[in-house]
Amino acid sequence: MSAKHEEDVVSRRDFLFLGAGAWAAVGGAAAIWPFVDQMNPDASTKALASIEVDITPVQVGQAITVLWRGKPVFIRHRTAEEIAAAEKDDETAMPDPQKDGDRVQKKEWLILVGVCTHLGCVPGGQKASDIRGDFGGWFCPCHGSHYDNSGRIRKGPAPLNLAVPSYKFLTDTVVQIG
Amino acid sequence: MAHESVYTPNSGIEKWLDERLPIIRLGVDFMAMPTPRNLNYWWTFGGILFFFLMVQIITGIILAMHYIPHESMAFDSVEHIVRDVNWGDMLQNMHSNGASFFFIAVYIHILRGMYYGSYKAPREMLWILGVIIYVLMMASGFLGYVLPWGQMSLWGATVITNLFSAIPFVGGAITELLWGGYAVGQPTLNRFFSLHYLMPLILFAFVGLHIWALHVVGSNNPDGIEIKLKEDSLPFHSYFSMKDAFAMVLFAMIYVYFVFFMPDYMGHPDNYVRANPMVTPPHIVPEWYFLPFYAILRAIPDKLFGVIFMFAAIAIVAFLPWLDTSRVRSMRYRPTAKLFFWGFVATGLLLGYLGAKPAEGGYVIASRILTAYWFLYFIVALPLLGWTQKTKTLPGSITEAVLGKDAMKNNK
Repeated sequence: MSAKHEEDVVSRRDFLFLGAGAWAAVGGAAAIWPFVDQMNPDASTKALASIEVDITPVQVGQAITVLWRGKPVFIRHRTAEEIAAAEKDDETAMPDPQKDGDRVQKKEWLILVGVCTHLGCVPGGQKASDIRGDFGGWFCPCHGSHYDNSGRIRKGPAPLNLAVPSYKFLTDTVVQIG
Repeated sequence: MAHESVYTPNSGIEKWLDERLPIIRLGVDFMAMPTPRNLNYWWTFGGILFFFLMVQIITGIILAMHYIPHESMAFDSVEHIVRDVNWGDMLQNMHSNGASFFFIAVYIHILRGMYYGSYKAPREMLWILGVIIYVLMMASGFLGYVLPWGQMSLWGATVITNLFSAIPFVGGAITELLWGGYAVGQPTLNRFFSLHYLMPLILFAFVGLHIWALHVVGSNNPDGIEIKLKEDSLPFHSYFSMKDAFAMVLFAMIYVYFVFFMPDYMGHPDNYVRANPMVTPPHIVPEWYFLPFYAILRAIPDKLFGVIFMFAAIAIVAFLPWLDTSRVRSMRYRPTAKLFFWGFVATGLLLGYLGAKPAEGGYVIASRILTAYWFLYFIVALPLLGWTQKTKTLPGSITEAVLGKDAMKNNK
């Protein structure tokens, strides 16, 4: 068979060869998925989705940290001054602008995921002895991110405000997180 | 460097085997590689690295016999190895210090290649394979450091895995995939153990390719000129195998001094505190061998660009063969480039120092200046120096470099 002949004629065999190859590639790609997806959070991890916290003992000005989905959650009972300071800064320029009112359900209870949005450290500021940064909220010691007392990022490498988890007040003293 | 086979089977059984599986021939010819006679002691670190790969594999297999990859048992199981297992303290310290000395040796090996231009044609593939091996070593070192499940293990793992969260759109999904949860936890520890055990298999394969490539192109040498005369080279065995073995013994003496007398010198005390997901230690630092790159990460005030610059600082090394435009390989004959090279070494050391300091004030400013030098060395200094520098005259041959011109004349 001449070379020219081979180039010109698309044979039935060429079609079958290409078709089979393409289908094998699709099948191969589909077969990879279970091997990758097994690494995603499993059913038992997902099942630990919500917790209930009794906030009765947390006095004004105090804060507690609870563990939710393997991460710390900050619950701070804010003072009137802290709320006022957070609201006063609502119009100030910041990396991730948000109003204090949009970050709380009840003004005196600030509930945040205590994980720095930079590289995942736990910022200090829950204990009275902690360094709370330039804006009186939290300070992440790892790479120097400063959060204000609404948990908004004000200075440092973190791109976003501390996340607000989904929560609801079951009663005045019990909050369900998740 | 392809050469004639030097093997002659003598006994009947050797002849029989050689016709069926010429494995002795392969080994003998492999060890007979013509090697430049002027290699100095900086060339012994390849062999030293192979020694440490074997140390890590052997001690690692043993540690895995006693270690438990569970968040509530991992920390205790490492203490159990150190306190209860027969010879466990020695074996665990050999493995943890072995990682550090592996990196000391690889940094010397890389800088030797940079100084003597070992990455230049025709050794580009050899160089790139080396960079891949280095990256695999870093992955292996990071995964292994997580396993004792101390505070630095947990928070180091948190910071490093969070680097991927900087990727736009899919970052969050990727970190959850890596963690197998919503934070570093039990699934993460378990898979890191599995992957840490996988690493040496991959490393070993790449080391094989690296040595194969070496045998195709041959060793570079301190004068950076190719073998031309018969007397320029000597067979690798026994001339250089013995030199390598001698250097290995000296280096191993320093290593075992650390293992026996100061095993925690290069570790961090916080890793003797059990992992606690509620409290981040005030100063998180990675293992010392990551510190220069950690300093670059923190020098950039933006999350995504910090991550990009950190990875780029490593990746750029792979492009050295094309960034360095000089036709003269060795810094011995490049007086100006030599100054910039030592500037680069100083930059690496200072960045390592800064990576261990808190990210504030003057430390950040210094990190930024040095980060700039790191990149400018590769993308400005080396390309321009190749065109503008005045190089010294290269010797006519390796033998001439060793014996001098007069001796060459007398020979003739």
